[in-house]
Amino acid sequence: MKLQGKAWKFGNDVDTDAIIPARYLNTIDPAALASHCMEDADPEFAAKVRPGEIIAAGKNFGCGSSREHAPIAIKAAGVGCVIAHSFARIFYRNAFNMGLPILECPEAADRIETGDMLEVDLDSGSIVNLTRNENYRAQPIPPFMQKLIEAGGLMEYVRAQMSQGQ
Amino acid sequence: MPKTISEKILADHAGKSEVFPEELIEARIDFALGNDITAPLSISAFRKAGATKVFDPERISLVPDHFVPNKDIASAVQAAMLRDFAREFKLPYYFEVGRMGVEHALLPEQGLVLPGDVVIGADSHTCTYGALGAFATGVGSTDLAAAMITGRVWFKVPRSLKFVYKGKLRPWVGGKDLILYTIGRIGVDGARYRAMEFTGEVIENLRMSDRLSMCNMAIEAGAKVGIIAPDEITEEYVSVRAKRPYKFYSSDPGAEYEAVHEWDLSDIEPVVAMPHSPENVKQVTELPETPIDQVVIGSCTNGRLEDLRIAAEVMRGRKVANGVRCIVVPATQNVYLEAMEEGLIEIFIEAEAAVSTPTCGPCLGGHMGILAPGETAIATTNRNFVGRMGHIDSKVYLSNPAVAAASAVLGRIAHPEEVLS
Repeated sequence: MKLQGKAWKFGNDVDTDAIIPARYLNTIDPAALASHCMEDADPEFAAKVRPGEIIAAGKNFGCGSSREHAPIAIKAAGVGCVIAHSFARIFYRNAFNMGLPILECPEAADRIETGDMLEVDLDSGSIVNLTRNENYRAQPIPPFMQKLIEAGGLMEYVRAQMSQGQ
Repeated sequence: MPKTISEKILADHAGKSEVFPEELIEARIDFALGNDITAPLSISAFRKAGATKVFDPERISLVPDHFVPNKDIASAVQAAMLRDFAREFKLPYYFEVGRMGVEHALLPEQGLVLPGDVVIGADSHTCTYGALGAFATGVGSTDLAAAMITGRVWFKVPRSLKFVYKGKLRPWVGGKDLILYTIGRIGVDGARYRAMEFTGEVIENLRMSDRLSMCNMAIEAGAKVGIIAPDEITEEYVSVRAKRPYKFYSSDPGAEYEAVHEWDLSDIEPVVAMPHSPENVKQVTELPETPIDQVVIGSCTNGRLEDLRIAAEVMRGRKVANGVRCIVVPATQNVYLEAMEEGLIEIFIEAEAAVSTPTCGPCLGGHMGILAPGETAIATTNRNFVGRMGHIDSKVYLSNPAVAAASAVLGRIAHPEEVLS
């Protein structure tokens, strides 16, 4: 799967309170969560981001709480994928479970700036920065995660197991 | 091959003779939990999957604690989802307002999470139970939904980091200071994906409440678990509470660690994390004069009876400074009751602090103590991210209960000895 879109750059240690502040967690409605996406990092992000655009960030993206509302808010805001130097553990897991594509690529995270036009091939992990005429190579997605993606996410994987058991 | 405590617990739960770091395994879980923020998503995923039963009603706990007593209508709707689900699937460990507590204080207190367990919770501070010698970790709501159906969860076996704490701690220095010091040394991603194993003479002499505070914040260094090998202190704590049999595990001599950190902490003073990161630490004696507007004493990190005793010792016979709000939140109903019987609640009220029913409320900027723009708080909680306790232009400092109580009395961040001398 290929994506093309403009980049939004964030720094290191973007925490889940910045991605979706706890004060908005009295709902599980994706659209409502999306309207506050990244609010405490950039209050205007949710209004400005366009479908298919890409978040690029530094190390430890998604640190802090286990709230799945974070990848839900990002996905529902229309963000096509998140590229980071590294991801916090629970966010990484949640993103796969939610079907939000994420790529770990320190080089891309260092080089990409807000406004750069990117082309991302999720299958190969290739990232092309069309603005800077640069190519980056992300870590390949681990085989077990690919299995989850192929099944259509964790719940589909579990549903398949349930029907086998019946 | 010699193994760490984490590897041994995981191997037993995966039905394997041994497991290796980075290996992907599927493990049986002993207990799973969710709260009023995370469980609504789990319940929704559970129903969407068409599930008609849970793997074991006795091994799932739902605890409405974050936005309860319901702070608004939307929160009431979420809490109702938990209540209805618990009724439908006959979950005995659903804890209603009036019987509840902050989940990570409540479940150990109730003997529901035990040494040797594998526990997952849809809350990042699930790692608290490592203090009991359990492999306990936070997951997302969908992982919880899947585990409620299957009783199993997939893990990547983490590499382990060993922390050896040597020396004898000074007065007013405890588990909270040890973990803040540690996060300051290794950073908020210093243990990302890793198991943090806390050892050494300091840990051997550390009481359970301090061990729980320490393991609680392992996630603040990015860790999957923070774990302490069970000993007599563990046995004393769990033997009177356990609702099931339990098992002690310990690391083998010669087990492999990615790194070993050995620190003598005999000389450190209480540690404070400054805005806006738990890694941004200083000893309280090194801080510039820092006036405060609000103090919060409570949470899954420091809302236990021992924490309230320390705060009361500092506040006894004194008043909260003019212009400062001090909010004390006993973490569970039992803590509240015992604090009342010991006269601690009276001390807080006479000091003109507000005492609240158990709730996570202020810690995550939910309710019961939100900060206005420009305000500064010191809290015994676990996170001081931008906007964590209110407006994005507010600030949060993190500390132990003694420093928080002393700060309430003096209206600025203070060492408890400044109050007591």
